[in-house]
Amino acid sequence: MAMTMNGEAVLPAPRDTVWAKLNDPEVLKACIPGCQSLEMTSETEFVAVAKVKVGPVSATFKGRVQLLDLDPPNGYRIQGEGEGGVAGFAKGGAKVSLEEVPEGTKLTYDVEATIGGKLAQLGGRLINGVAKKMADEFFGNFAKAVNPEIAVV
Amino acid sequence: MTTTGIGAPVRRKEDFRFITGQGRYTDDIERPGQAHAYFLRSPHAHANIRSIDVSAARAMPGVVGVLTGEDLAKDGVGGLICGWMIHSKDGSPMKAGAHPALAVGKVRYVGDHVAVVIAETLAAAKDAAEAIVVDYETLAPVVDMNAAVKPGAPVIHDVASDNVVYDWHLGDKAATEAAFAKAKHVAKIDLVNNRLVPNPMETRAAIGEYDAGTEGYTLYTTSQNPHVARLVLSAFIGIAPEHKLRVIAPDVGGGFGSKIFIYAEETVCVWAAKKVGRPVKWTSDRTEAFLSDAHGRDHITHAELALDERGKMLAMRVKTKANLGAYLSTFSSCVPTYLYAPLLSGQYDIPAIYCEVEGIYTNTAPVDAYRGAGRPEATFVVERIVEVAARELGQDPAAFRRKNFVRKFPHQTPVIMAYDTGDYAASLDKALELIDYKNIGKRKRESARAGKLRGIGFSAYIEACGIAPSAAVGSLGAGVGLWESAEVRVNPVGTVEVLTGSHSHGQGHETTFAQLVCERLGIPIDQVAIVHGDTDKVQFGMGTYGSRSGAVGMSALSKALDKVIAKAKKVAAYALEASDADIEFKDGRFSVAGTDKSLAFGEVALQAYIAHKFSGQDLEPGLKEGAFYDPTNFTFPSGVHICELEIDPDTGVTKIDRWVAVDDFGIVINPMIVEGQVHGGIAQGVGQALLEGAHYDETGQLVTASYMDYCMPRADDLPSFTVGATVTPCPSNPLGIKGCGEAGAIAAPPAVINALTDALGHEDVTMPATPQVVWRAARKAALRAAAE
Repeated sequence: MAMTMNGEAVLPAPRDTVWAKLNDPEVLKACIPGCQSLEMTSETEFVAVAKVKVGPVSATFKGRVQLLDLDPPNGYRIQGEGEGGVAGFAKGGAKVSLEEVPEGTKLTYDVEATIGGKLAQLGGRLINGVAKKMADEFFGNFAKAVNPEIAVV
Repeated sequence: MTTTGIGAPVRRKEDFRFITGQGRYTDDIERPGQAHAYFLRSPHAHANIRSIDVSAARAMPGVVGVLTGEDLAKDGVGGLICGWMIHSKDGSPMKAGAHPALAVGKVRYVGDHVAVVIAETLAAAKDAAEAIVVDYETLAPVVDMNAAVKPGAPVIHDVASDNVVYDWHLGDKAATEAAFAKAKHVAKIDLVNNRLVPNPMETRAAIGEYDAGTEGYTLYTTSQNPHVARLVLSAFIGIAPEHKLRVIAPDVGGGFGSKIFIYAEETVCVWAAKKVGRPVKWTSDRTEAFLSDAHGRDHITHAELALDERGKMLAMRVKTKANLGAYLSTFSSCVPTYLYAPLLSGQYDIPAIYCEVEGIYTNTAPVDAYRGAGRPEATFVVERIVEVAARELGQDPAAFRRKNFVRKFPHQTPVIMAYDTGDYAASLDKALELIDYKNIGKRKRESARAGKLRGIGFSAYIEACGIAPSAAVGSLGAGVGLWESAEVRVNPVGTVEVLTGSHSHGQGHETTFAQLVCERLGIPIDQVAIVHGDTDKVQFGMGTYGSRSGAVGMSALSKALDKVIAKAKKVAAYALEASDADIEFKDGRFSVAGTDKSLAFGEVALQAYIAHKFSGQDLEPGLKEGAFYDPTNFTFPSGVHICELEIDPDTGVTKIDRWVAVDDFGIVINPMIVEGQVHGGIAQGVGQALLEGAHYDETGQLVTASYMDYCMPRADDLPSFTVGATVTPCPSNPLGIKGCGEAGAIAAPPAVINALTDALGHEDVTMPATPQVVWRAARKAALRAAAE
């Protein structure tokens, strides 16, 4: 089943800093909820393992992620697919763009994904809520990562 | 009528066992050394399998074996079969794609079987399944039938490049077109018959076992027809020769058709038992049941009814697309063809009918027989278009039906069936009286004053049951005959064991079959045991579906009882030193006519076994007789159901206020069990009409795969039913039985939708008519009223 989500976050840091952190595997690993490992396999590719719980379905996703359309420091497209074993799969991408604003940097994201297997069968009605919560959690973490001194805006 | 004979409302003998937890279902059976199977299923609706790496899974703790489709192929195990050949209009055979029990190279629906893990515990099997690495190349899926037949659609099976399994027809096209050309009025309707998940209370289960000493296999399984399962597994799938395969279907908790079929899981369990040298058990969880039990219905239909100036029916034409899912299940091909189109005449005298059906592959679970199987789909078409025609002509729907009823029997319809008997007007009249039809106007006004919309809906259904004359179904493409067998074993003390090829999975055979024995032999019901569901005990049988157990199974029993009585009379003649011709048998006693000499049934049984009074050359000792009964015609249960309901237009909530069912099932063995069958059938039909719907999203994910999203009917969705009966005995079988198992599920959906559309004043309501659907329809009705 298809899932879409979009939103924006204003981060209290200059755009170059945000861009750098967005490309730093250590930062991403710390910010992605449930992320257990994240390793670069090339300049623009990495493999990740994340534990996710959607309603009654809990799964460890192993996925390959690729960064495309790199346009520093304006944004990129992140594309990936993950297999959660018997829990199903998720694949999709997000377009991320960065814009300078008086408060720092505005990050806009636009996600399109599809999920399947148990995730869709049992978690279908919950998936949007869970995704939104995970996005909020990620940006909360990421805001701290880009500027530890300042709380989330 | 005795207190336990034909027509007595005997309490079900089996219920004490079931309601006190003493039933023994497949999952209750534990075999020594048993291991547990878990199936890894495809999360994708359509994908090529590039590779499957099971090495990590094999190394996991507790794993006994991990097997894939390649292993099956290596062992020469054949694919699952479809046992009914349908030919297209052009004479070409249906296009049956290969259906391996474990996928080879490709998966075609979410839930398709990719691999099986067998381990010491189910938990270990599940953990190991996580470690299987499947490299999928995902393909575009197609779930919508209209999209599947468009050029360029994804191809599901190479043998059917247009995804069309068959393009079939029935009836006289030219005569139908000619009748339409003369018609004064043509009613038209477009219908969707929603897809359903069967949901028996007990999910499917199987235990396969192999005895290396005897080279014999045993399969315990949740089957409605264990002998058919054995035949298919041995003769077609080739796992074991028939005499080396025992199939046991113990207590089975409901089937509704879904346990007729031979599925991948039991096939794999039997085969794997030898492979791993352990009994292998699998029990479906509820989500697996949603994903992999064969679904029901799923038709898209356009129908037209031609009428003359007085509203007499002249002809009907019907065009249907039937979703058969990703593979052809065991009997799937006949459901939307020969179990559907021959019922399109309904209870009406329609001179010409022409029906076209396209069977279509989609990336969804296989679709096969579900309670009524084709007949509910036909009845929905007939009773909806008849209702629409009556409304368009401004005629009372009851009077319009009555005017068009078949009145003379036998009646040959233009679509195969020869109705043998019935009195459709009698059922209608009784139903109108029971629902108090003459005051419906008053009740509608009362509802309107309370801000509610009240509607009344009719359904005058007919079904073809007692399936079926073997030669007839053979000529239509069936791979089997549909007779039934019975064996009556009288023990020396006069107790009786009946072995039947029918199978009870909720129908109450242990009671009704025993009632027939009591009626005929005059012995107490507790001296009769009904044995079924084990191929080592019962020689052969075709199982239970299509309301056939009474009409066919009990007819076989009746024949066997005739033979027992004839033999016992001979024994009694020797014992009583009289001639055969003077022996009378009544109320359980054999007596010599005109004398007071008599023997009880049990005494004669003992004489038969001790054989002291006759020479073995004149009469064989023992008292055991068997019979095969092949019906000469289908049976035609019919009736009228009327649904009266009230809609709250503000919330869309539909409340069924009254339900009258007047059915003609011919002779009834146990009216209490029959009423229970009617109640259950109506509940399932109301479920289809108002609540249930299986939905795949456009990516082929089943988004109604649990009770969170798939709504089953509950007691508070239903009113107290008023069940009445009329009786015209069936002339084609010795007991006059027609069958009752599916009637409610056949009659109910059009009754509900006709009532809803009556209440709303327009025809635009789809099933399931959930509160959201009804609320929108009520708004549409209100907007239309405001505009006028």
